[in-house]
Amino acid sequence: MGKIRLIGRLVGRDLRYRPGPAVLLVLAITAATATLTLGLVLHGVTNQPYLQTRAATNGPDVVAQVGGAGRGAAGQAATEAQTRVLTHAPGVTAYSGPYPVASAFVRFHGIAAPVELEGRAQAPASVEQPKVTAGTWVRPGGVVLERTFAEALGVGVGDRVTLDGRAFRVAGIAVTAADLPYPNLCYSTGGGCIFDAPYSGSSPLAAVVGLAWVTEPDARQFASAQAPLYYFLNLKLKNPAAAPAFADRYGASPNGPGLIPWQAIQTGSGLLVQDEQSVLSPGAWLAGLLAIASVAVLAGGRMAERIRRVGLLKAVGGTPGTVTVVLLAENLTLALIAAAAGLAIGWLAAPLVASPGAALVGTPGAPSLTLHIAVEVVAVALVVALASTLVPAIRSARTSTVSALADTARPPRRRPRMIALSARLPAPLLLGLRLVARRPRRALLSAASVTVTATGIIAVLAFHTSVHLQTAGLAGRLGNPAAGRDEQMLTILTVVLVALAVLNAICTAWATVLDARHSSALARALGATPQQVTAGIAAAQVLPAVPGALLGVPLGILLFAAANGAGAAATTVPPAWWLAAAVLGTLVAIAALAAIPARIGARRPVSPILQSETA
Amino acid sequence: MNEFGASVLRARGLRKQYGKGEGLVRAVDEVDLEVAGGETVGVMGPSGCGKSTLLHLLGGLDRPSGGELWLAGQRIDQLGERALARLRRDKIGFIFQAFHLMDELTAAENVELPALLAGRPARWARRRAAELLERVGLADRAGFLPSALSGGQRQRVAIARALVSDPQVVFADEPTGNLDSQATVEVLRLFEQLHSAGQTLVIVTHDSRIAATAGRLISMRDGAFVDETRLTGGSTGNLGALAGLT
Repeated sequence: MGKIRLIGRLVGRDLRYRPGPAVLLVLAITAATATLTLGLVLHGVTNQPYLQTRAATNGPDVVAQVGGAGRGAAGQAATEAQTRVLTHAPGVTAYSGPYPVASAFVRFHGIAAPVELEGRAQAPASVEQPKVTAGTWVRPGGVVLERTFAEALGVGVGDRVTLDGRAFRVAGIAVTAADLPYPNLCYSTGGGCIFDAPYSGSSPLAAVVGLAWVTEPDARQFASAQAPLYYFLNLKLKNPAAAPAFADRYGASPNGPGLIPWQAIQTGSGLLVQDEQSVLSPGAWLAGLLAIASVAVLAGGRMAERIRRVGLLKAVGGTPGTVTVVLLAENLTLALIAAAAGLAIGWLAAPLVASPGAALVGTPGAPSLTLHIAVEVVAVALVVALASTLVPAIRSARTSTVSALADTARPPRRRPRMIALSARLPAPLLLGLRLVARRPRRALLSAASVTVTATGIIAVLAFHTSVHLQTAGLAGRLGNPAAGRDEQMLTILTVVLVALAVLNAICTAWATVLDARHSSALARALGATPQQVTAGIAAAQVLPAVPGALLGVPLGILLFAAANGAGAAATTVPPAWWLAAAVLGTLVAIAALAAIPARIGARRPVSPILQSETA
Repeated sequence: MNEFGASVLRARGLRKQYGKGEGLVRAVDEVDLEVAGGETVGVMGPSGCGKSTLLHLLGGLDRPSGGELWLAGQRIDQLGERALARLRRDKIGFIFQAFHLMDELTAAENVELPALLAGRPARWARRRAAELLERVGLADRAGFLPSALSGGQRQRVAIARALVSDPQVVFADEPTGNLDSQATVEVLRLFEQLHSAGQTLVIVTHDSRIAATAGRLISMRDGAFVDETRLTGGSTGNLGALAGLT
């Protein structure tokens, strides 16, 4: 008990009297665990708004696209036959429709967008009655727009729009549970997309189709030989859970109706969040890798600062095992705190990023934080802390007690070739190169950290390039709200990655300052100026960062291609000057950040450092 | 057996070397030493003569390159790191020139440290620390952090810590090297008390006043003993006067 009490006391006091490094360590692990938590809790978080919308609109269990391939007169007959079969099928308890659906182009303030027009009765339907969130339901000459689509178009109730050149007034804004919202109507199974030639064409945005409701006579006016009407039939089943089986049974025939169970629509309604997940998953990995690098550097720095403490513990009878436990206990405690903070932040942030958009009513509600997720996040935090602390802790515990008490820096490896090679270089580069050579593993860690950060930055640039390429020459078209959400996610991730990288750069430089305190003091005693020493430490950070930043360029492009689902042939390469600016900016930032601890170290008086080393 | 009773510490041909070939440095060179229970031994010599290295070897803080070392009848020069740690916490007390107190622990907590490391109950450690702080005259400073104590007070805390496990030998490495005259007198008095109580002490020092407190004074040069003197002042009970401080 006494030993446990002692360990608790040492950990508690150290955290109390030296909170700075502890806070940095917690921040590094929290960033990774919060990102991970966010990615994990987003699964299934969007179900609730869809279910609320389904309840508010008495949404269908199965949506049938009827009308067959022939359309026209033959299509009319097929529609009636298919409707008769479906509405009389066993298990069907109610239905609405069939409602005619036409294709048109809506124009507003110079913006044009393809739209599906569903013809509806002015009286409310018993099944699948879209929920009007502003204005009124359809009336002759009045159009009701799906809410996400209206927001993208910038249209409000009372505005005048044209549909294929015919003027309509926006009567209302509504949401539905029978179709996927803009911009995913045509993106996946369950979208209910029937948008027709001649509108689809080759435009990349032709598939981004909106949804609107007009009166049935108005809808029929938009039918043409090239784009005949289709029909939507909404069915209610006795057993909603059996909707997929019903769709399989009655929608299997090639010329038969297309049947979409509500479960498929529910899945599709979460596409926006799924996109975010596809950004978050690689982001969480990158943040995790950076956190390991950060914690390794921080832990190494903390060990270097605590070397006298190690000597003291050993001098008064602490075994290497006890010393290792004391050193590990602190970082593992911090990892647990960081895991708890990451879980809380991820859980609280999930509803913000999991907002289903304007297409659904209701809120996503609190995401489920299961025991499995909690265990996974805590395990990752502990592994990060353990992986980066164990080796330095064991190494510290094995340090000679006498050396530890004298607080001497770990002796560097002598590298005669490097010394000869650097001899002709200017003083800052000479110092920098020799510092890199004496701690090659730290230089590798530093390079890896910069690689991860540069990878993230380049991936963001590739994303922007991709959006830029998609929208180039499409002035007057609608934007894609999914791209906005992805950009938001990428921005958050970039901020996390850059923050971790900043932390890394400062901590690595500080660890180098601690390590090089004797040689720096000696160099100053021999006439080197504080500026030269500062420049030397900064150079020691920049040298490994150069390959790291360069390697980040292809890795970032590949990462974006992988996250985007594109093959190597379809990679998006940002403009050369963007890449050059990213690499140079990273290196300049690292030099500037390294200069902060380097300047602090260079201002320390020389004499006590040299005395402590010779004690 | 000798006039001080059974031998507590014994070294035979103790060596510590660094480097090899032409760069070979003999920090401690074939030292023979016997310290009896209750004896106070002072080791003096110029800087770099190897006296601190010798103390580290004798106290199990460092490993010898050769020779034999015995503490309380147990051979310790071949012990593993773990066994040496146990030995340090159970049978040895250290007093350093730089005090080496944990900055974030109070005086009482610093004194408790070896006892807790040894797995003693927390209550026992607390009681023992209070008793020892009372003995060194710092009962009213038990809850103070080292930063709030003077140099002399810190060294007295370090002395209390060295005594917490009732060690067989206390090793002191330049115990007054960082202290002013008044603090030096305080420490001298404590050493006198320890000596009177039968505590075995090995003190490495530059300070002739401290050396004068020893019953036996050994001079070192280039890693070897060059002279040994038996003193009579070590147990006179008037150390301050002997050292010219009072």
